[in-house]
Amino acid sequence: MQYLPNIIFAIALVFGIGFFIKNVKKLSRNIKLGRDVTVNDNKPQRWKNMAKIALGQTKMVVRPIAGLLHIIVYVGFVIINIEVLEIIIDGLLGTHRIFAFLGSFYDVLIGSFEVLAFLVIVAVVVFWIRRNAIRLQRFIKPEMDGWPKNDGNLILYIEVVLMFLFLTMNAADFQLQQLGAAHYQQAGAFPISQFIAPLFDGMSIESLVLVERTAWWLHILGILFFLNYLYYSKHLHILLAFPNTYYGRLKPQGQFNNVEAVTNEVKLMLDPSADPFAAPAEDAGEPEKFGASDVMDLNWVQLLNAYTCTECGRCTSECPANQTGKKLSPRKIMMDTRDRLEEVGKNMDTNKGVFVPDGKQLLDDYITKEELWACTTCNACVQACPVSIDPLSIIVEMRRYLVMEQSAAPTELNNMMSNIENNGAPWPYNQMDRLNWVNE
Amino acid sequence: MSEALRVKTMEEFVAQGAQPEILFWVGSAGSYDDRAKKISRAFVKILNKANVDFAVLGAEESCTGDVAKRAGNEFLFQMQAMMNIEVLNTYGITRIVTCDPHSFNTLKNEYPSLGGNYDVVHHTEFIKELMDNGRLSLEGKVYKEKRITFHDPCYLGRANAVYDAPRDILRKTNATIVEMKRHKKTALCCGAGGAQMFKEPEKGDMDINVLRTKDALETNPNIIATGCPYCNTMMTDGIKAHEKEDSITVLDVAELIANSI
Repeated sequence: MQYLPNIIFAIALVFGIGFFIKNVKKLSRNIKLGRDVTVNDNKPQRWKNMAKIALGQTKMVVRPIAGLLHIIVYVGFVIINIEVLEIIIDGLLGTHRIFAFLGSFYDVLIGSFEVLAFLVIVAVVVFWIRRNAIRLQRFIKPEMDGWPKNDGNLILYIEVVLMFLFLTMNAADFQLQQLGAAHYQQAGAFPISQFIAPLFDGMSIESLVLVERTAWWLHILGILFFLNYLYYSKHLHILLAFPNTYYGRLKPQGQFNNVEAVTNEVKLMLDPSADPFAAPAEDAGEPEKFGASDVMDLNWVQLLNAYTCTECGRCTSECPANQTGKKLSPRKIMMDTRDRLEEVGKNMDTNKGVFVPDGKQLLDDYITKEELWACTTCNACVQACPVSIDPLSIIVEMRRYLVMEQSAAPTELNNMMSNIENNGAPWPYNQMDRLNWVNE
Repeated sequence: MSEALRVKTMEEFVAQGAQPEILFWVGSAGSYDDRAKKISRAFVKILNKANVDFAVLGAEESCTGDVAKRAGNEFLFQMQAMMNIEVLNTYGITRIVTCDPHSFNTLKNEYPSLGGNYDVVHHTEFIKELMDNGRLSLEGKVYKEKRITFHDPCYLGRANAVYDAPRDILRKTNATIVEMKRHKKTALCCGAGGAQMFKEPEKGDMDINVLRTKDALETNPNIIATGCPYCNTMMTDGIKAHEKEDSITVLDVAELIANSI
């Protein structure tokens, strides 16, 4: 029976990580539902972008307060995970603080984990105040009503609880070390939890062990829970920010892609030797759909973008349309894309991996035409995103569907376009008058 | 304008068996819009002054298709692009300058994969080049006592990272250059991009150009400078909305330079 805790721990670990991997596979399958696009140019620059933007958080600090607080939580998250490694080894082997042999370096490690844990708590509290007491504009936009708001808060609660469990565990351990309890060797420095320890004064060794073990177990189980919570929340950015910044745009922001299928057709139209009445080739297949009305029409980088979005709303707060009261919110474009993609994924799960048309699509059921036509393509959203998400490319792809598949542009734009077709200018002027300005 | 402008078409260059130093892409706004035509003329005045051997396409120029592309009409864009590329390539054009950041962006970034490869510069970059090479110098008297704030056009700034050229040449007018709170990378759009110029805005509680002009007014300027015909229209309308048209003027960088020669 003495190995029971080890066995329970191993089961919890396998189950926790296994379930996570299952969801990662689902995530990867959903992203691959997008159109194929090759992104393998200029790899050195891509690695550099990942290092700078994701690892180095360079775009986070554009807003200094949120940026600094975020760096604290981020560094805390990464560094405290070294402690999780020790916890896992201890849990599997039944040891206690197996890294203690590192001596004074171990003291430095544990000491800095504690300081970071404390700073994380402070940062998370400020985050909570910004969302719920100060109610910063970007956190209370309509698309944040309901689950997105609760999701944001829940993540903060989980983080605080995890940090408190970590500190409680250390405080009880510290107390046990002072009392010279068996198995609790002198190891680690406790700059923060030493202030919690006095709360345990007068407790018996048995009670302290119970507190220490309970906190230890809840902490690691909480981490496994949090790991699995990621997929169901906006919090996937802690992992996806890295591939997303790698695959992010390298070309100038003003450069929109030229649709290749269109190029082929236009070349044919301009080719004087082409037979306009020729029957399509036998193997031509279905003509390609232009633009996007649903998530499968977007490319996989755009779908990765959607899963990466953590709903911070910097895009929306920089958007000129949103600032002047229009319905368009670039963040909502990303959230809608992700939500629809999840819906498609669930549809496939219940239908043996095949998508059964559900009479819904991204256009109209999630994103309205009014939102799409309000965009000025100014790239402020793209510039603002701290993890290289490109909401504009989705808006343009959906406009392409509206115009080329549905001829559903606003009337004024149709007039403008027929002017270009007829006389080579968006206004109805004679092309022969193009040089009149010289002599006016 | 008092003195006659010297403008030659590509057709005339070819007839003389000559090739110009650069092609001036006038653009639809610069050709037809009454306000933008003044910008075209001011820029030509600068080119004439610096003795730049330039050509225009005249009636052979057609809309770049940029605005159709932003509206989602990829067909129309590519039709326009391929027709223009045919003309440009037939004439062997290698270098293009334009006063319109939208033409600048699409010619520079979106034409190459369709077969049109040119060295494309915005007129503010070209003017800076003329100054750096000693081909153009300013008297710099007219605006000496003035405060000028520069509004970054999205397709020049964020889209192509051209922030310094317009500011560098504006300084040569000896005016005081003041920055809006949101400028360069964080500049607010004037509201005309993405084909908005040609339609009514969606329902909201304010027009974007009114908001952007408010940014400009906070710098207490005499002049709002910009480098885009569409921004010019939007900012001019914005100034009217704030009832400041008597005290503040909106001018293109080219006009400010032309007046400072």
